[in-house]
Amino acid sequence: MRWIETAFALGIAAAAGILQQSPLAPQLPQAPAVPSVPAPLMQSAQPPRFLVVVDAAHGGNDTGARMGDGVLEKDLTLGIAGRLRSTLHARGIDVVVTRTGDVNLPPLNRAEAANHAQGAACLVIHATATGSGVHLFTSSLAATGNTRFLPWQTAQSAYVTQSLKLESEIDSALAHAEIPVSLGRASVQPMDSVACPEVAVEMAPLVAGHVTGGKPVTDPSYQKQVVDAVAAALEQWRSDWRQE
Amino acid sequence: MISRAQKYLFFAMLLVCVGMAAFLIRLRNRAQDRLQAQGRSAPADIADTARSAPKPVTLYVPNDLDDSLTAVEKSIPLPEDRNAQARVILETLIEAYRTPDSRHPINVASGIADVYFLPVPSGKDATGGNGQMAVIDFSGALTQAQPSGIEPETLTLLSMMATLHANLPAVTQVHFLVDGQPRETLAGHADLTRTYLASESPQVQSGTPAGAAQ
Repeated sequence: MRWIETAFALGIAAAAGILQQSPLAPQLPQAPAVPSVPAPLMQSAQPPRFLVVVDAAHGGNDTGARMGDGVLEKDLTLGIAGRLRSTLHARGIDVVVTRTGDVNLPPLNRAEAANHAQGAACLVIHATATGSGVHLFTSSLAATGNTRFLPWQTAQSAYVTQSLKLESEIDSALAHAEIPVSLGRASVQPMDSVACPEVAVEMAPLVAGHVTGGKPVTDPSYQKQVVDAVAAALEQWRSDWRQE
Repeated sequence: MISRAQKYLFFAMLLVCVGMAAFLIRLRNRAQDRLQAQGRSAPADIADTARSAPKPVTLYVPNDLDDSLTAVEKSIPLPEDRNAQARVILETLIEAYRTPDSRHPINVASGIADVYFLPVPSGKDATGGNGQMAVIDFSGALTQAQPSGIEPETLTLLSMMATLHANLPAVTQVHFLVDGQPRETLAGHADLTRTYLASESPQVQSGTPAGAAQ
């Protein structure tokens, strides 16, 4: 009976495994063990770096929205992301951008890049031809506690509270610059998979109002105003982050 | 060496497998026929709308300028069939998008190919009730006319969910298709791969909150 022999061999192998793990097992020579250091101690040995991840949405075949003057969203977001990177560098803040050229970058790769960088803040830059001012969006996921392992599809849920704080910081800075802001929750890929405080910043044209004059989203002075306000908010976020 | 009993057992199980496969194929065909019959009857139900008495409905009309939804009461004739009712209500909402003074302009004649309802499996309904999931099948024309952007796309979805939930409270979840097929986004931004909770609509924070705009 071959199956009986197989079961017998498996039983012996299992018994040998149990014996190796038991205190009765002979002390075999082992490779030098890596000293186990609690995670907080390991972090304190090298202070974490304040890093901002800037994701210029769309690119390549994915053109995004088409603005009134024919400019494509993918080009606009790339320009704004580049300008934001320079402004943040000038303020002494390290930046990682997900793309520097007109390339196809799937949402999965964007989330991977952001998660690999372990940023203290992640911004996704979008632009639209409708609405007015700047629209700030955070993930529509419900907030959950931070756990050791985060499911890929809902990794952002552990950071929703921090994302809302970051959104509030940017909202204050934009309001200070007298730019109309609207806040909302949205389900846009890859936001839900990013393990970092994350806000989508969507620039819309500035509709003429009581305080503001009308400006298209392609207006360089309007873009500079928004970029400066976002950079100021991130500087404030850095000081809050260091205190924490 | 395989014993005779094992051989009989094997053939008996094979027979059962073949029988089950045939049964499943038959069930699938019957379900397909039923869905096609419903699809054929829908236009007739909508055509009957003109003869029925007007009923009050609440539409949540979006405003791109302040990112808000505003409740608008309207009386419209509704068909008896629930699927057709949902379709008529959503088409009326799309008519509001088309008006010259619309703050959420989408210029499309007909945006809803179909609406149908599925029971929410127990334990998956976040509201704790025996809700229903509405599947809204957009026409390709709507997605082409939809302005691209997180805000305009999200407002379209939120206004449809809020309108459906207000008029058919049993709807607790909403899923979107385009021309009968799953699609990644509405017009490049809003995620259509997930199922939304109908109660997500009041999450628009500025302007008139959907929940308060009665």
